[in-house]
Amino acid sequence: MDERVKTASRDESGSSERHPASGAVPAKVYELTKIYGSVTAVDRISFTLLQGTTVALLGGNGAGKTTTIAMLLGLVVPSAGEVRVFGADVSRNRGAIAHRMNFQSPYVDLPARLTVRENLTVYAGLYGIANAAERIGYIAEDLQIAPLLGRQTGKLSAGQKTRVGLAKALLNAPDLLLLDEPTASLDPDTADWIRQKLKAYAETRGATLLLASHNMTEVERLADRVILLHQGRIIEDETPAALIATYGRKTLEQVFLDVVRGHAKHADLPDRKAS
Amino acid sequence: MSVARTEEQVVAPIVLAPTGPAASLRRIGALIKRYIYLLRSSGVRLVELIYWPFLQMLTWGFLQEYLAGNTSPAAQAAGVLIGSVLLWDILFRSKIGFSTTFIEEMWSRNLGNLLISPLRAYELVAALSIWSIIRLSVSMIPVAFAAYLIFGFNLLDLGFALAAFFAVLVLTSWSLGLISAGVILRYGLGAEELAWSLAFLLLPIACVYYPVSVLPDWLQPVALALPPTHVFEGMRAILLEHRFDAEQLWWALGLNAIYLMVGYVTFSRFLASARVNGTLLRLGE
Repeated sequence: MDERVKTASRDESGSSERHPASGAVPAKVYELTKIYGSVTAVDRISFTLLQGTTVALLGGNGAGKTTTIAMLLGLVVPSAGEVRVFGADVSRNRGAIAHRMNFQSPYVDLPARLTVRENLTVYAGLYGIANAAERIGYIAEDLQIAPLLGRQTGKLSAGQKTRVGLAKALLNAPDLLLLDEPTASLDPDTADWIRQKLKAYAETRGATLLLASHNMTEVERLADRVILLHQGRIIEDETPAALIATYGRKTLEQVFLDVVRGHAKHADLPDRKAS
Repeated sequence: MSVARTEEQVVAPIVLAPTGPAASLRRIGALIKRYIYLLRSSGVRLVELIYWPFLQMLTWGFLQEYLAGNTSPAAQAAGVLIGSVLLWDILFRSKIGFSTTFIEEMWSRNLGNLLISPLRAYELVAALSIWSIIRLSVSMIPVAFAAYLIFGFNLLDLGFALAAFFAVLVLTSWSLGLISAGVILRYGLGAEELAWSLAFLLLPIACVYYPVSVLPDWLQPVALALPPTHVFEGMRAILLEHRFDAEQLWWALGLNAIYLMVGYVTFSRFLASARVNGTLLRLGE
């Protein structure tokens, strides 16, 4: 039996048969709720991620961004509601779709004592990548970490670690890439470079990106759509330009400040974009 | 930094099917590769694997020589102390190998990456179990050889029983390792101490260095409910009475089946509970 997944492809041009049909829904979240004891971290949120779009989850500390991403990844089980990724219920059937997703966060590390190449080799094995050496070589060149492949991961700078983390996240060319503050604590040049790489990946691959961030420049730059979370609820779900226009502001940061300071335009309609 | 790429061939991943036995074996192999990389990254770790059991063997070996030279009954028990210490170390080192390898993922804040990958929980358990045997071999083979060279104690004299005892002790160590890993998953690294101390709980009750009859009557059923007790009783029967007590072995294997089941269920339940309680988000803190 041919073990290869039918959808594997040799190019990342966006025309691969692995890509779902245009308009496909890689992820759908419905009435998602997470309650920890007496705290409601995520409160009946619903949204859909369309193929090839980049969506930003924006919100202050404790707004529910990371918990939402964790539920999409299957790291946290919802208290109520449903998360479907590529049609599968993540809570029950994560194994069926995990190879089509990946995740990067500065708050999750790769083993420090292993070299970059060793780490990437291990993850290539976990994701079932048959052409691991070639893929690692390619990704390393693409993310400019080839000179770091032989170095211990723990001895890299923050910027280098971020690029290595991104290499791990892109190893399997995921159709759905989740990012939790991908440029946190990076200098502006490196952060900008990472954003360009993410944008290029999403465009050429036709991949869907869900990004949690505090960085408004990043969101404006990358996101087709912004979901503003406040106290676990969706306050806004719009394009960055529409949000800025709605609030009569000049930047997304000003909109964000309005929302976290309790001046949301649609605070009475927390789930108005629920689908 | 430049983002532009030259017109080179893009190398997309060829992703193999994520389900089925071959996929499972591949992922288990990938994890074991990760453990090998880790071990070979530090000479100190490698030395440490042998250092402690070697010291323990030396200490008990000399004590036994002293006793053998001074008391006649103890002289009869030639090899019992060293045999006990080597078998105890099989249990202890295998348990520590399982637990520390798991904790290592938390120390390195890597567990989140593993748990979002296609890796299944049972594959993680299988990899930890296989690795505990590999670590144990690296640790115990040189020490057992040293015991032969220094004290003339040949562990292989236990014959077929040695393989059986080894299997029983390793299976028990996996049960303990699974329970420790589950508790740490659920309660975080604050419960790390459990990983180190759980095996020691067995030391007085499993009758490593003395027969079950030494224990008070009320404690003897507790001791006999532990698989390692039957191993140590069996070892003493071989070395002191030159007979192999198969019944002890069957008891140990039967008990191990129960303990392993309890261990796996505990691990699975705690993992599920960690997903519910959001503990996995805070791992490594």
